[in-house]
Order: sequence, then C-alpha cells, then structure tokens
Amino acid sequence: MNDAALLTQAANTAGPAALDVVGVGHRYGARVALRDVNFSVRPASFTVLLGLNGAGKSTLFSLITRLYAIRNGHIRILGHDVAREPGAALSRLGVVFQSRALDVDISVQQNLIYHAALHGIGRRQADEQIARVLTLVDLTDRRRERVNNLSGGQMRRVEIARALLHQPRLLLLDEPTVGLDIKSRADILGHVRRLLQSGIGVLWATHLIDEVGDNDDVVVLHGGRVLAKGAVGNVVTATGAPDIGSAFTKLTQADTGAGAGA
Amino acid sequence: MTVLTNTPDRHRLTLAQYWICLCGIVWREALRFIHQRERFISALVRPLVWLFIFAAGFRQVLGVSIIPPYETYVLYEVYIAPGLIAMIQLFNGMQSSLTMVYDRETGGMRTLLVSPFPRWWLLTSKLLAGTMVSILQVYAFLLIAWFWDVEVPPVGYFLVIPALLLSGFMLGALGMLISSLIKQLENFAGVMNFVIFPMFFASSALYPLWRVKESSPFLYYVCQANPFTHVTELIRFALYGKVEWGSLAVVAGCAVVFLCGAIIAYDPSRGFLARRGGPSGG
Repeated sequence: MNDAALLTQAANTAGPAALDVVGVGHRYGARVALRDVNFSVRPASFTVLLGLNGAGKSTLFSLITRLYAIRNGHIRILGHDVAREPGAALSRLGVVFQSRALDVDISVQQNLIYHAALHGIGRRQADEQIARVLTLVDLTDRRRERVNNLSGGQMRRVEIARALLHQPRLLLLDEPTVGLDIKSRADILGHVRRLLQSGIGVLWATHLIDEVGDNDDVVVLHGGRVLAKGAVGNVVTATGAPDIGSAFTKLTQADTGAGAGA
Repeated sequence: MTVLTNTPDRHRLTLAQYWICLCGIVWREALRFIHQRERFISALVRPLVWLFIFAAGFRQVLGVSIIPPYETYVLYEVYIAPGLIAMIQLFNGMQSSLTMVYDRETGGMRTLLVSPFPRWWLLTSKLLAGTMVSILQVYAFLLIAWFWDVEVPPVGYFLVIPALLLSGFMLGALGMLISSLIKQLENFAGVMNFVIFPMFFASSALYPLWRVKESSPFLYYVCQANPFTHVTELIRFALYGKVEWGSLAVVAGCAVVFLCGAIIAYDPSRGFLARRGGPSGG
C-alpha cells in the first residue's frame, strides 16, 4: 500500500467525520427549501452533492457556512457544532462559493493576504502559505497579477487557493465549474481531487453528472430532500441503473412523479 | 505533502489574531478606496458644492453671532465646515453600510462572514475600516477648504481625529442598523430621502440652534434630539481643541446602542434572498 493510500485509510478510520449533517431543515417563509437532510463527508473523501437547480444545494451551503442560522438539525465540522462552536468549526472549513467573491481590483497576492488576515494569519506566515497554495493550483507566476486580468478558470483556481490558505480539513465547493470551458473544468476538478491525498474532505456541489467519479461518494438532493447517498457504485446498483447519470434521472423522475401524484 | 489531520488546533483565537484580522480588513478597505478614485472624487464634490456655492450665496443672509467654540465672528463658510465634515462621514457611513447589508448574500461579505472570528468583531472591524476611509476624505476636504479661507487652529487638525473616529463609527453603525431593519430602504435614494436629508437639515450643520429656536421651538427640540447635531458639535469643538461633553456623551452612547442593534439586526438569513425565496443557484 502506498503512502497516500495509508493516509487515506488512517483518515477514514480515525476521528470524527469531516462533515456531519443531521436532520437539517430550512424554510423561506412557507416554502420548504430543505427537509430532514442527513449525510456525512469522510476525511480524505470526495463527496458530490448532486442536484438540479433549486434542489437546495446553495441553501445547504449557506447553513454549513453559518451564513444562515440553523433552526432545524445539527451540522458538525470535524465534530464541532457550527451553531454552538462556530469559531472552531469555521477555522477548519474552506469554501468556494458559486458566485465569485474575489476583489478584482487588487492582485492575487493581496486577495490572499486579506483572506489570511481573516483567519488571524500574520504576514510572514501568510507569505509561506500563499507560496504553498499557489503551487497547488499552478498559479505561482500570477501572484502579482491583478485578478481582473485573469481568465475565469484562473479566478476559480485563486478562489480554491484562497479556500486552502488556512489549511482547512473540509473543503466546500458550490458549483465551482459553472461558466468554464471543458479544459478549465477538468483542471479544477483535477486540482481538487489531488487534495484528497492530504487528508482533506471535499464536498463538491454540482448538477453536472460528468463531474462524478467512479470512486466518489454521492448525495442526491432533489426538492430539498436526500433521495440517495453512499458510494457511487452502491447508488447505481440500488437503483438498477447502468450508470450514475441514469440513476440520477431515475431517482429524480420517480420523486417528481411521486410529488405530482401526492 | 502536509497531512492536514495533524495540523494544530487553531480555533482558540488570540488577541494578536484579532488585531491581525482588524488590520487586514482596514488594509483591504484602504486598497479598495485607492482603486476607486471616482468614489473619492464624488465624495468630495458634494461638500465642496455646499462650501463654494451655498455658503457663498448665504453668507450675507445668514449672519452668525459669536457662539462657542468661536471667539470672534466667523465667516459662514467657517461655520458650516464642521457640518460638511459630518456630512462626508454621514454619506460614507450610509453608503458603506448599505453595501455591507445588501452584499451579505453575495460578494465580499460572504468571504468575511465565513471567517472564524465572531461576527460582532468582523462587523465592528468593517465599520472601523469604513470610518478610516471617511477620515481620509475629511482631510482631503479640509485641505481644499484651507485654500478657501476655512482655517482652524493647527492643533485642531490633530485633535479632531478622535472625534472623527467616534462620529464616523456611530454613523456607520446607524446606517447598518437602519438598512438591516427597514425593508423599504433597498436603494440609496431611499436612504437619501428618509435618513440623510432629514438628519442633515434638522441639525446644527447649517445654522446655529438658537436661530432655529427663535423661529420654531418644536424644530429646536427635534434638532437637539438628532444625533447628527451632536456629531456636528463634537467635530466643531474638537477642531478648536475643545470638548463638548454633552455631544461626546450622546455620540458615544448612540455608537454603542447602534452597534449592538446593528449586530443583532445583521443576520444574512434575513436578507434579500431569504425574503425572495432563497438563492437561485441550487
């Protein structure tokens, strides 16, 4: 067994889950956005949160990141309850939001220094971490470039670098490849998958089936409910479909049909 | 490769880290300010129009008697300068606070809010950063005003700094509280009509309160109850090296109350998107 596999095995067997979502619900007025959502993300695992637009993915992300108050259920990051210990939970969390949140008028380095400060990381340590994360996303040569001059894919990679700067143990990405070309999508997916070797848990929200890998875990979210979860192979087998794309279609159509019939 | 599961427990934040966070937020606001020259210019144009046109026109109409802190008759331009400084801070505070409130679901505020620091510290730091920017605008205004014969004792340029810090902070907190609570104020025009103009005109910024009392006792009491009056007087006295203790108490008290209210009211889950039925993405 190689080093990476040993690390992954160790991460899977020791300690709490990277993310635990237990009985979470959320409403916007009378409209139910999430209903009794339960799933976990293991350390050193790549979990795809798969759902169509309006499924509740962004709402769930807002709850995990404490942007919205958790009124029903519990969310724990590395065993720390987001509602009760937000500081401990958020210090272990890196986030890439769906809408870009970089300051485009300043340089890549200045954006990263700002983020480091938001995590209490001083300038000297920030410089070391910036060098590390820019190497991870292959952007070392763009360090002093204004963000405005970068391509969409490069901006996304800066956002990933930023999310990794404070060495989180759970990385959330909300549809990070939206609006990117095929090569940029593949690059970003590749960069994030390589992070698993360091023991980080990844939750990747998307509606694009081709971003789901054979060895990933998947959580199928539809209409605010979890329809299926587990290893991709298990979900495919359980639905009797030939692949995850067909399994997803089968699950969501059955749910829509049941909803219409109810 | 680094094994992240072995990273130290970093959630116990030290005072030094709080300081780093504050400095980072102020630094970023300053960078943004430097890169947005048009914002700087437009912030200066408004009080300068008042100073160059309004004050020149009304100099003969609105005579000002000798009232503290002035020890002699002063030009009307000199009288309204503190009010215009307060106006710069009022506009800046309202504008930046409105941005903070309506950016909470998108943009930079999300990045800020997922920091592990307590939300009260993040919002306080952000307000302080906005105040610093307003102070830069004030000094640019004072420099131009100096060429227009609006001069204060040299020491006043330094002694006014604490007053500007407190007043800018109070006005920013007020802006955040108002825009968090009142749904109808969804754009700056609403804030202009219902907050900025009433506050500015019903104050001692343009005319001394004894003159207001002569014409309308009721309006006099309204002006006395207006925190902006006390901001103006605090700045006016500080520019002449004096402290108006009553105004200091009112401004400090309002700053605390508005900040506490703003922190409670500033809940991203009560924002635009929440009212409209959630994010559109997923």
